Amino acid sequence: MPESPPKAALRIRNLRKTYKDVVAVDGLDLDVPAGECFGLLGPNGAGKTTTIEICEGLTEPDSGEVEVLGFHWRHHAGELRQRLGIQLQETQLSEKLTVLETLRLFRSFYNQGPPAAEVIRLVQLEEKQNSRVGGLSGGQKQRLALACALVGEPELLFLDEPTTGLDPQARRQLWELIEELKLAGRSILLTTHYMDEAERLCERVAIMDHGKTTALGTPRELVASLGVEHVVEFSTGGAGAKLDMAALGSLDGIRDVKTENGSVLMQATELHRAVPALLAELDRQKLPLTELRTHSATLEDVFVTLTGRHLRDE
Amino acid sequence: MNSAPALIPTTRKSVKPGRRALMDHPLAQLTLVRFREFLREPEALFWVFVFPVLLAAGLGIAFRNRPPEVLQIGAVTTELARPLRAEKLLDVREFSPAAGQRALRDGKVALLAVPGTGGSVLYEYDDTNPEGRTARMLVDRALQRAAGRVDPVGSTDRILREPGSRYIDFLIPGLLGMNLMGSAIWGMGFAIVDARRKKLIKRLVATPMPRHYYLLSFALSRLLMLVVEVGVLLGFGALAFKVPVRGSLLDIAVLCVAGSLAFGAIGLLISSRAQTIEAASGLMNVVMMPMWILSGVFFSAQRFPDALQPLIKALPLTALIDALRANLLQGASFVQLAPQLGILGGWMIVCFAVALKIFRWR
Repeated sequence: MPESPPKAALRIRNLRKTYKDVVAVDGLDLDVPAGECFGLLGPNGAGKTTTIEICEGLTEPDSGEVEVLGFHWRHHAGELRQRLGIQLQETQLSEKLTVLETLRLFRSFYNQGPPAAEVIRLVQLEEKQNSRVGGLSGGQKQRLALACALVGEPELLFLDEPTTGLDPQARRQLWELIEELKLAGRSILLTTHYMDEAERLCERVAIMDHGKTTALGTPRELVASLGVEHVVEFSTGGAGAKLDMAALGSLDGIRDVKTENGSVLMQATELHRAVPALLAELDRQKLPLTELRTHSATLEDVFVTLTGRHLRDE
Repeated sequence: MNSAPALIPTTRKSVKPGRRALMDHPLAQLTLVRFREFLREPEALFWVFVFPVLLAAGLGIAFRNRPPEVLQIGAVTTELARPLRAEKLLDVREFSPAAGQRALRDGKVALLAVPGTGGSVLYEYDDTNPEGRTARMLVDRALQRAAGRVDPVGSTDRILREPGSRYIDFLIPGLLGMNLMGSAIWGMGFAIVDARRKKLIKRLVATPMPRHYYLLSFALSRLLMLVVEVGVLLGFGALAFKVPVRGSLLDIAVLCVAGSLAFGAIGLLISSRAQTIEAASGLMNVVMMPMWILSGVFFSAQRFPDALQPLIKALPLTALIDALRANLLQGASFVQLAPQLGILGGWMIVCFAVALKIFRWR
């Protein structure tokens, strides 16, 4: 049997970091047990990258305590660098090197780990191993970046927005890879502003806004905490201004009503009662229905409810 | 996805570092990267290896030594022209007085000889023009001798046209120094700033890579490239123009290494904080431009006013070029080159120390 892994992959207490007059991280607490895939969710500027870069030892916090795999950056930087796999946002690897050359370079920094060729196989870049990095697609570059994070056989992986800017197919390919790493028992901390990514990959997520966590739990728990299961979205064309909002709010099975970009969003507990009631009410107000959509509540709705903004508002 | 082999993460086998092939050493890998990036950039290859040779060839041909030039002069009477034709270094033409004036003004002749009053001669020429002054001496000597003057002191000439005193001999060490400066500063500056701009430095710093290996890989690749660079230019000079190499090759090697390290340190300092290629190239030009002009690459630095000389002598490129010239052309020993080596060493230590202090690793 292998030695027992440390209980916590990551332990953060009262972390603070300020840039000039912007508070990037404002008293953050976080625990990630070993073997968990944990997601930091939030819009741009929420402090996700600052947090992850402090954990990676790339940024000095102003105050607070960070324990990574039971080590502290101040005393065990060398030890930690050997044990972490890191993928940064927006790293451009040298375009003139080939995939294999790039991985041999990164492999040479680590005391242990699989041979470069094995990692190339894992991220399915065998056919591209002698191609220049400059000629890879976005998804292939991102898989190469992940491979660079894996060559040292890390105990803890930091992935900062691993699928941002990728097309849907490339994203799914990367998700499958990350799921495989989870199966192999690695601890992972990833940041994302894609809700579906967090719901699919993460055991637990923390929603971050303005440098703090505003909610923490499994995706299922967070959605359940809304107390609603469905969201109804409709629009009445140009007649939206005449809509009687108060009347809508008192309909059967409706919790909360707000307007957004000309359409109305309602949180509903029971769809089969809410929709007929809505139709009847619009009929009574003599307003046309030009669009009607419903979906099950997601982390996105949790975020909107918590902050009043969308995750990808910018 | 099931076909891909899963990595086994839970145990960390205690593999002893260092028991790896030499090529898998991080320093070897980093240095290899430097070479690959350089060799895969055809433009860089041209500027470092081909351009200096083309420049040397072009200037060597343009300024090649020609047989002594014959000076064009004019005379307004046949009596004056006849004795002058006996002088081999003069090409004498006869003019009417007005046409002679015009030819002198247009620079077609360097001097016009006109009969003066009472059997004397009047020379008209521009005394700021070396050709005019030379013509004045040759014409006067020819006329005086034709009139019967006997020189009291006999004299004979021995002509020396030896390699070592020609323009190309002066030029090759200058180009060598300029090339060492350019490739060190550009090579270092662009590579580092580009890596910083692409967040590649930050990514490397996030690995266990020892930071000094990163900088050392630049020095190592520079030194290996140096052998080719210096060899190409010196070899070309020696083969095509018979430029002498009078000092020992070991001394040249030490000089080139010292120069390269000094300029490498300057390049490191220039690129230690710059975040964009534009900012870095501006800085590089500000640093290199004065030295291209002041340090005696194409013409002697002695032409600048005396007050500037101490400043010019303290420039690293002046030190390197002076030392290379003294070594190649006069065979100067190390002891004689100590001041120049001292200057290069000083620049290297100061720039390297400051650069390390302020280097932006992200």
